[in-house]
Formats: sequence, structure tokens, C-alpha cells
Amino acid sequence: MANAASRPRARRAPRVIAGLFASALAALSLSMASPAMADEVALDEYDFRIFGIVELADEPIEDVRLVITGNGYEVDVETDAEGRWAVGVPEKGDYDVTLDEDTLPEGIAVIDEEDETPNVREVTVGQSGSTVANFFIGQGERNTTSYLDQVLDRIFNGLNFGLLLALAAIGLSLIFGTTGLSNFAHAELVTFGGLMTLLFGVFLDVPIWLAIPIALVLSAGFGWLNDAALWKPLRKKGVGLIPLMIVSIGLSLAVRYVFQYFIGGGTSQLPGATGSGGSIGFFGLTWIDVGSMALSVVVLVGVAYFLLRTRIGKATRAVSDNPALAAASGIDVDRVIRIVWVMSGALAGLSGILWAYFRPGVSWDMGFQILLLTFAAVTLGGLGTAFGALVGSLVVGMFVEVSTLWIPSDMKYVGALVILIIVLLIRPQGILGRKERIG
Amino acid sequence: MIDWLLLLSNAAQEIISPTTAAYALAALGLAIHFGFTGLLNFGQAGFMALGAYGFAIATLTFGLPVWGAILFGIAASIVFALILGVPTLRLRADYLAIVTIAAAEILRLLLTTNQFEPVTGSANGLQGYKGGFAALNPIPDGQYGFGPWVYNAYDWWVRLFGWTLVVLAALITWRLMKSPWGRVIKGIREDEDAVRALGKNVYFYKMQSLVIGGVFGSLAGMIFILPRAVVPSNYQTSLTFFIYAILLLGGAATVLGPIVGSVIFWVLLSFFSGFVARAVEAGWLPFMSSVQAGQLRFILVGAAIMLIVIYRPQGIFGNKKELAFVK
Repeated sequence: MANAASRPRARRAPRVIAGLFASALAALSLSMASPAMADEVALDEYDFRIFGIVELADEPIEDVRLVITGNGYEVDVETDAEGRWAVGVPEKGDYDVTLDEDTLPEGIAVIDEEDETPNVREVTVGQSGSTVANFFIGQGERNTTSYLDQVLDRIFNGLNFGLLLALAAIGLSLIFGTTGLSNFAHAELVTFGGLMTLLFGVFLDVPIWLAIPIALVLSAGFGWLNDAALWKPLRKKGVGLIPLMIVSIGLSLAVRYVFQYFIGGGTSQLPGATGSGGSIGFFGLTWIDVGSMALSVVVLVGVAYFLLRTRIGKATRAVSDNPALAAASGIDVDRVIRIVWVMSGALAGLSGILWAYFRPGVSWDMGFQILLLTFAAVTLGGLGTAFGALVGSLVVGMFVEVSTLWIPSDMKYVGALVILIIVLLIRPQGILGRKERIG
Repeated sequence: MIDWLLLLSNAAQEIISPTTAAYALAALGLAIHFGFTGLLNFGQAGFMALGAYGFAIATLTFGLPVWGAILFGIAASIVFALILGVPTLRLRADYLAIVTIAAAEILRLLLTTNQFEPVTGSANGLQGYKGGFAALNPIPDGQYGFGPWVYNAYDWWVRLFGWTLVVLAALITWRLMKSPWGRVIKGIREDEDAVRALGKNVYFYKMQSLVIGGVFGSLAGMIFILPRAVVPSNYQTSLTFFIYAILLLGGAATVLGPIVGSVIFWVLLSFFSGFVARAVEAGWLPFMSSVQAGQLRFILVGAAIMLIVIYRPQGIFGNKKELAFVK
């Protein structure tokens, strides 16, 4: 994590990686509780603990000294043969974990461009009673990615992110176009795709090439269920658009916490989502990245073909333009809306699966994390236009990733949302929208 | 076995708790936005965050006295309302919704990021800003009260301050809505074009409404932090949705609705959460863990929002003729 060059995955989302190790190690320490593994200090004495691992390019380093200070308490610890360490601490609160760089092998330092004192980690022992401070170190001279490489790397990441965002955004935009609903529960359709892949691919041990299609079919079914069980009856009842929007917010809240009820608040990995293997040796891209982008492009071209060339696609665009006129010219509006919901469910599900590989990880609120970016993309492109959503997504995805070259990564979503507000100021109908829609 | 008395007493405490007052005031602000003017503000959590952080930062960083800190928080929320209003109030209602929800998230991310840690305290938030407020406490030290409502002098001072603000805000709202200004505001909700045809500057009125409701939100944020610390994760979008649930429960276009809605909401939520937690401990619900019991409240709030909007859109006190929902 400190030197990202040797860990292509880590470069993308160092914080996520740290979180993953945190959950994995927390699980390990709870289930196995084998005291011989780590060099451990004062674990029996105190209820709270901090632990971690020191690695150099995936290899553990032994006998590295760490000093843990905080809340008037100080303790030393050295890593064992597997690079592990653990200490007990007397109370919850903030602690500084300092890695003694003199104890590292020759020519190696902890390097992090965004941090002036990379060998010091601040950690907080919170509700769970334990926390993790990991140091993933690379040799200093390996961290020489050129600026151009960094830019290209970000652009590819942005393209990947923008494409998966587009899958979700097009569904959202089509639903808005055909029914007028701003569906805040769209995020849950995204999460559902990731969750179903997790359920079949990991919990039920179905091979991943089969688990993904199963998840997509179920996602399409979930989209259909949304419409059939809730939105269609409400449309028939003549509920206004703004009440519908608030209903979708209630639905989003309820469904999101139903997900959390079943899978808990942690993050789980899909098969092949982590690990440094699979790199194609080109700007840190992995085969999963390439596959993800290729799949997105193929599906998006398919959607474009559907909308432009098929009868039902043309009908969809007609309903989107003017439902009353479409109905008058013999189009079955309800059928079109049903198809749009099924399609949006499947697209959002696919987006969720790709998002689970991109972040990486499946969690109960993963869809909600990109909901606002999806809305930003749709608004940017022009509400209700499918191709606008695609353009908007690419802009948002690219902007989010490339902007991390200049702004800290924990603020990368801020930029995209600021862009949204600025675009509304100067071109409220969006990039591809038409003026009469904004009235 | 379940201690019913404890459950009831905990629920009864919520009737006058400062949190209930804070939510009531925030919901009142939202009633002005959404109930009376028809503005879809989904960023009330942002206004509350500005009040809370404005107060705390003015006290800690700038060393302002209590009244100065309160004015600073209010000023911050007015600026925020203007920034939100200028680009969106001319557009269709759902644009305001998207922009407000995005702006509140931007604010929360800015308050959480490590960049401004010396001022905002980043993810750990801020504390130690209560000294000036506690020093103004006119109540002598000691324990007061009866039944479940026994608190020390500071706790009573917080409750007194919070509920006084709520009552004042309710009186102001009531007067405003009886005034010609209030009639124009309600007219905008019913038919914007008709009001415009009468020669009123709709944009200007909407902006005033956004500012007033936002100021209520920021005052609510200040009440909210007096019994606890300022933590950025409290200001997520779900806070706004909770306030919407309260507002819809009481009735969106009413003055008393948000207040009574908040009391009912917190009493029921406290009783229900307490009951489920105890029931899990007592082994009555073997399929549920205590963590899952905690999540049940969010599922319930979400379902409640849906059911109220579908089956009783006017809320408990509302008049069906005066619906906040413009078609």
C-alpha cells in the first residue's frame, strides 16, 4: 500500500485494500485465535487490540520494530516470520503506529506520495474493539511510475468506471424517460446484481462463469418485480411523480437495510477480484479490467442496437418522447415499461457485478455509493435520454478517476458532484438533452 | 425477562429529549420548503451539518462567544441556501432534489476528508465546544425532575434551549403562513404559473423560503450536537430521509405536524428498538442477532415512508385538500 507500484490493485483503491485486509484479518483473529502466529504483546492484559502485517512486495518481513502510542500508553512489538504483529491496548481511542525504519532491510523505506510521514499510521480502536495497521512496502527505487503512465492508468480506470456507471445510468434514464420516475432505489438494483453473484459464486460454490448469468437473470427478475409489485399498481392508482420519488426513497432505505440484515455490514470478495495476478503488463490493467470493459462495450452496443433498430426499441423511444401519443398510435405502453424495467434490472445487475470487481468487493451499500454519481451522469447527459446517460457516465467516470492525480482520493466524488452543479448552471438540459424538458 | 417499565421509561424520555427537538425543528424547516412551498429539498442533513459544524468551528477555531457561534452557523446555512438556490430554483422540481442531495453529500465528504483535519477533525469530528453554552446555564447544579425525566442541570438547560427554539420557530412559521407572504408561498406550491401571472417574483419567494427553512435546519443542527459530539457520519443522506419520515408522518403542510411527528417517531422508535433488542436477548427471536435487531429500525422507517405516502399522503394532521404534492 505504501509503495503502490508493485501492487496494481492497490494503486486503484488503497483504502479499500486496507479495509479488506482488516476484515479478513479480523475474521482470522476471531476464528482461529492462534497465539503462536504473531509476535504478540499484552493481548491477555487488555481487551482492545491493534494488529497488522508488514510485507515487502507480498513477502513478509521479520523483526521489524513497531511502536504503538496513544492515550498515555506505549508499547513495542516486533513482527514474526510471517510479518505479523499484534498488541493489546487498554482502551478505545486513537493510536499512532510507528514503523521503525532503521529495522527494515537495507535500501528499503516506506513510501507514500500523499503522506509526509508514511511510516506512521493513525488508527482508531472503535466499537469492534480491534483495528488493523498494515504496512505494505516496496523498494524505494521501484516507485518511479512516470507521470504519463499515471495519467494513462487513470484514464483507463476512468473508462472502466465510466462504462460500468453507464450500464446503471442507462437503465435509470430509460425508467425516467418512460415513466417519469426518478428512481432512488436504482442503487439497490445495482447492489442486487453483486449480491446474487456473491450468493451463487461464493456461498453456493457455483462456478463464476455460471454464477454471473444466474445473477443477471435474477436481476432482470428483480427489475420486473419492482415494476409489477410496486410501480405498476401505483401508476394505476394515479399517484403523482413527486410522491413516487419519495416512495422510491423509502424503498431504497428499506431494501438497503434488508440487504444488510442478511449479509451484515462487511465486504466480501467475488472469486478473482483481488490479488496481483492476471496483470496483462499494460498500465497495471488486469484481465478482469479488460474483460469488464469489453463486456460493457458489447452490452452498450447491444442496447444501442435495441433502441435504434428493433421495433420494441423504437417503441421505447416513442414512449419516452410522448406516452400519450405513443399509446394513441397503438403502442402497448405498459408492455414497453415492463420491458424497460426488466432490461434496467439486468443492466443494473451487470453494473453491480462489474462494480464489485472494480471497487473491489460486495457490500450492502455498494450501489448506494455510486447512486449520486449515476444521477450526476444522467443529469449531465440529459434526463431521459439513453445516449446522454452514456456520455454523462463516461465524463463522470473519467473525471472521478483522473482528478485523483491532483486532488486527494477521499475527495474524488466531490469533483464529480461539483461538475454536476456547474453544468446545471450553464446548460440545465444536459449535454444531449432538449430544452423543453426542464420547464 | 423483559423489563417493560424500563422500556416505557426510555420511550417516555424521548418525548422531551433534545434529539426529538432537533428533528422537530429540522422537520419544521423542511415543512416550509416542501410542505408549504413545494421545494424538494433532499439536503436538510447538509443544513444541519452546517449548523453543527458552524457552531463548533466558530467556537473552537475562531474563539467566538456562543451568540457569535450561533450567528456564524446561521450565516453558513444562508450562504449554502443561496448556492443551492441560484442554479436550481428556476428548473423543474426534481433538479433541486438531485442538486440538494448532491450538495449535502459534497459537504459531508468535505467535512470527512483528511485535508481539513485541523479545522473539521476529519472522521473523528469535533468536541469541547460546549463550555460557553454550559456557562450560560441559569439552572443551579443538581438533579431535577420526576418519574423517568430526571436530569442534571446541563441536560435540563439543553432541553429548555432546544424546545424554546422549536416553539419560537413554530410561532414564526405559523405567523408567516398566515401572512400575505405565506399565501404567495402556498400559491407557488399549487400553481407556480398562476402566481407568476399575478406579477409575483416566484424565484425570489422560493429563495426566501429556502433560506428560512435552511436556517431552521442549521439551528436544529446546533441543538442536535449539544448532548453529543459533532461526527460527520451523522449527516448522511439517511438523516434527511428520517426527517422526511417525520414530516410525512405529522403532515407536510402543517405547523404542529413536524413537532408531533418527531415526538411520535422517536417514542415509537425507542420503544420498538428497545423491545426488539430485549426480545433478542431474552431469546424470543432466535433467528435474529442483536446487530440485525438494530438494522430493523431502518427497514421500518423506509417501509413507513412508503406506506404513508401511498395511503395517507396528508399525514396525521394534514388536510387532504392541502397536499404538498404537486402533480
